Amino acid sequence: MTDTARDTRTVIVERDFAFPPERLWRALTQPHLIEGWLMKNDFDAQVGHRFNLRGDWGGVLDCEVLAVEPNRSLSYTWNHAHDDAAFNLDSVVTFTLTLTGAGTHLRMEQTGFRPDQKQAFGGARYGWQQFLAKLEQVLAQAD
Amino acid sequence: MAFQTDMIFKTLADPTRRAIFERLCRNGDLTVAALTAGAGVSQPAVSKHLAALKLAGLVRGRHQGRETHYSAQPGALAPLTEWAARMATFWEGRFDALEDLLKRMDQ
Repeated sequence: MTDTARDTRTVIVERDFAFPPERLWRALTQPHLIEGWLMKNDFDAQVGHRFNLRGDWGGVLDCEVLAVEPNRSLSYTWNHAHDDAAFNLDSVVTFTLTLTGAGTHLRMEQTGFRPDQKQAFGGARYGWQQFLAKLEQVLAQAD
Repeated sequence: MAFQTDMIFKTLADPTRRAIFERLCRNGDLTVAALTAGAGVSQPAVSKHLAALKLAGLVRGRHQGRETHYSAQPGALAPLTEWAARMATFWEGRFDALEDLLKRMDQ
């Protein structure tokens, strides 16, 4: 659920693709290709570039490119302002590409928290780490 | 749902309250007196924390004679784990679409 003391919540999704990193990189960085698997966008692989991702459901994500390392890693903010706090999101998405014998291993890590929860987490973040780790054990035993 | 999630985070942000909740998760059914022993705070303080935990739906009280036995409701924590599950499902779906796209792309 969380993996560093500073992060509040993290989701990691990984997959092996039978294609070279260069091909994945194009799919991750060329607007018309990004639209083909993720969302409509005005992406540009330049650090500091601000862009939007527009979902089919009408939602718009505010993003800014944070890091670009061609064929290796890409990171951008993934923020969603919404009146309903449950949909409010302030996060960072990082893609990491690793060359494997059979193709490319892609790792997507999204770290974030909802703005309304920043205060609640506040100075208790270190406590939260231990708490959530223990909680996972408790919940695993509870079933 | 947002309100409920907020309540859970705010309620558990207090370390003493968290410790009480953890003890209830581990030891099940406990009275205020049992919880006070080892809590390092007074019985009224423990009662106040229990009231807050009950309000957030994290703890349930059961009357038995003149005493109330408290137990944890771990199911109430679902909103905390929901976000990660929802995002993981989203990305799995996107990766499926990415795989399809990679097959269609020109070399």
